[in-house]
Amino acid sequence: MEQTKNFKLGAAGVHIIPTATFKTNTFIIQMNAPLIKETASKRALLPNVLQNGTADYANRQQIRSALDELYGASLTTDVTKKGERHIISFRMDIANEKFLKDQTPLMEKGLKLLSSVLLNPKQSNNKFDPKIVAEEKRSHKQKIASIYDDKMRFANKRLTEEMCKEEPFGIHVFGQEDDLDNLNEENLYEYYKQALQEDQLDIYVMGDVDVDHVKNLISTYFPQNQTKDHSGPAPAGSTPALKEKANEVVDEQSVQQGKLHIGYRTQVVYGDDDYFALQLFNGLFGGFSHSKLFINVREKASLAYYAASRVESFKGLLIVMSGIQSANYEKATDIIFKQMEEMKEGKFTEDDLQQTKAVYKNQILETMDVPRGRIELEYHNQVSSNKIPLEEWIDRIDKVTKEDIVKVAGKIQLDTIYFLKGREALSNE
Amino acid sequence: MNKTTFEQIQETLYLETLSNGLQVYVLPKKGFNKTFATFTTKYGSIDNYFTPIGEQEPVRVPDGIAHFLEHKLFEDEEGDVFQQFSKQGASANAFTSFTRTAYLFSSTSEIEKNLETLVDFVQKPYFTKDSVDKEKGIIEQEIKMYEDNPDWQNFFGLLKSMFKKHPVAIDIAGTVESINKTTKDLLYTCYHTFYHPSNMVLFIVGNVEPEKLIKQVRQNQESKKFAAPEDINRITPEEPAEVAEKKKVIPMAVNTGKCLVGIKEKEPDKQGEDLLRHELSLQLVLEMMFGQSSENYQTLYEEGLIDDSFSFDYTAEYGFGFSVIGGDSSNPEALAERVREMIIKFTNQELDQKAVDRIRKKKIGYFLKAMNSPEFIANQFTRYLFNDMDLFEVIPVLESLTAEELTETMENHFAVDSQLSQCLIIPEGERTSE
Repeated sequence: MEQTKNFKLGAAGVHIIPTATFKTNTFIIQMNAPLIKETASKRALLPNVLQNGTADYANRQQIRSALDELYGASLTTDVTKKGERHIISFRMDIANEKFLKDQTPLMEKGLKLLSSVLLNPKQSNNKFDPKIVAEEKRSHKQKIASIYDDKMRFANKRLTEEMCKEEPFGIHVFGQEDDLDNLNEENLYEYYKQALQEDQLDIYVMGDVDVDHVKNLISTYFPQNQTKDHSGPAPAGSTPALKEKANEVVDEQSVQQGKLHIGYRTQVVYGDDDYFALQLFNGLFGGFSHSKLFINVREKASLAYYAASRVESFKGLLIVMSGIQSANYEKATDIIFKQMEEMKEGKFTEDDLQQTKAVYKNQILETMDVPRGRIELEYHNQVSSNKIPLEEWIDRIDKVTKEDIVKVAGKIQLDTIYFLKGREALSNE
Repeated sequence: MNKTTFEQIQETLYLETLSNGLQVYVLPKKGFNKTFATFTTKYGSIDNYFTPIGEQEPVRVPDGIAHFLEHKLFEDEEGDVFQQFSKQGASANAFTSFTRTAYLFSSTSEIEKNLETLVDFVQKPYFTKDSVDKEKGIIEQEIKMYEDNPDWQNFFGLLKSMFKKHPVAIDIAGTVESINKTTKDLLYTCYHTFYHPSNMVLFIVGNVEPEKLIKQVRQNQESKKFAAPEDINRITPEEPAEVAEKKKVIPMAVNTGKCLVGIKEKEPDKQGEDLLRHELSLQLVLEMMFGQSSENYQTLYEEGLIDDSFSFDYTAEYGFGFSVIGGDSSNPEALAERVREMIIKFTNQELDQKAVDRIRKKKIGYFLKAMNSPEFIANQFTRYLFNDMDLFEVIPVLESLTAEELTETMENHFAVDSQLSQCLIIPEGERTSE
């Protein structure tokens, strides 16, 4: 595995991963701050405003033309949740000029453009361009409204809202539509300045690069003026009291297929000693195509096309998802709960466990083959206060025993069952 | 074994055509953990009317059968093939498109075992009445999932309005009704007609030794018996050049409307380098017309008609081709009209040489980026091969396209009066002017 070179530039973390594997270079900038209601919409809107006008490039068309000229360098931004941290990401992939007839220094030009987007926005008198802000508010509102249109995403959003009502994690990553109305070119700019000062900043570079050269470019184009270091351990996320009785929530829409999403509390987050036991639990239970959910809900009962589970690593949740006929709600939940019981009772073989380890390790190694995936894994250790070096992951997975998994299964508790029900199913009941 | 080296992108490709007709390609990739392999037959959802091997009369098979077959091959006498792959640390999958069915695995260990499993399970069909019936419930839920997916409904709605008779307009998975007509015997008929090694390609990308893997596949194939290859007689209905209908509106349970504008290819008979030049030309033209660096994109965004879901593409295979332009919109009706106006205006102007050069650079950079992806290489190489094109010719062709050639292709393609259709998804309960 290629070694990451880590160092500090002011308060920011710089992480360079030299590798000859790829034909492109990848830059990722992460801005990390707590997930709270007051700033969620601002943080979600901010990268859209920044990438559509800078002091050097007046509008989207000019920025995008400049990217085209850099052999189609891609620039994307997004916001994600890692537990109760709200992360803004800027990503650029740019061709390595080694493979081009044209020998332009693409990496430097790419970093310069990225710096212009992040640090040199289009503004006057401490206000963003009002036209850009208005357009991006309109577009962002539409994006929030469209979650409803993708029923799987909608069900996931509803489950999280219901399950984490009292916790910051219940806030949607895009923020709230209502809050957008209060945002303008002035208060958003003010928040931008604050975020640059207060967010934990990490800059990643992966590609066929010379470490010292990159280091110099980064200190030129991303001068750091944060006065305080924010890289200390992240505060622990909130954990609510466990529910005595699971919460059941049903919504109805005119859909062909019902969406069943079930949320469990795992009490385990990334960095904990039993984190890999939980991951393997998930692999056996619903993470892979040999798992209990796939075999019993899909293959044996023919109830669904997909029946899977995933772990929310930084929040300690396990989420089950399946698309079923609305009339089969009871049948499906019975089968799912039975699989959970079997896991708690240790009803799986040593062979099943070995198989799951093999597939899980394979998944991690494959993730590392993609620059974005490798950086994402590295970033786990910036967000978490308990760090597990990537070199140790495979070994830690190998050491997990059946007992470890049964023990972690014992911690898992049902919290909320959410069902998006097809409306016509009513007449069948 | 043949070996071809591509200097500029620093890749070497190995090929051997085995005595049963199977083509095996290996592209070594140093530094990757993962190996990715696809085993693909030139058989997809559009191949629904053909003369079965060994018979005289053509048959029309139920819609969705190629996809049904893809699902069923994963089961063999001993059980589920997914289990076998995961025991060997691999993840396996498959997909069915209009023209291809591909089986694939990726893994970071036990490559030879996984390769053997891939080739063996695809070449060992095992269907029983019970297992076929059981699969119907699963596929039914897959179909229903797509019925609730507004983007999928928008795309197939557009295909239905463009194509009158061509099977490209039929949903790949079929309908609940059509899959219920699928039987074990029909699956065997399709299998024996389309899964002969001479109709298939095996492509392997990863940190591997080409000689060793090719030898392994050769030995595997020599241990099995295959009938002599025969030409497959596919029957495609006569499709009119112009679109079937100009507009389709579908109400769904959505908050935001959607709009797709399609331009139907008039003469979809190109193959080989002609098709490659044609496809790349239209992709360049579309970028200039509607890409994020275009004036049109900027204008539509400022008019509040699009958001960043707006996109476009041109694809073509032998027998059909089309451009698709569109995305989410609070006013899909107005967006369709604006796109039409912009196409007319753009095609009446001279191409800007600077824009041509800029977009050419962009496409070259994109191609290099795609070369990082084993999935892209294996899937696209196979698609290109089935159309007699060479994936590794993309950069040279992009470099050779002139503004004159682009103009000619553009003027011929964007005949809006006869070739343009639109399909709109609107929130339930709303009305349009139709």
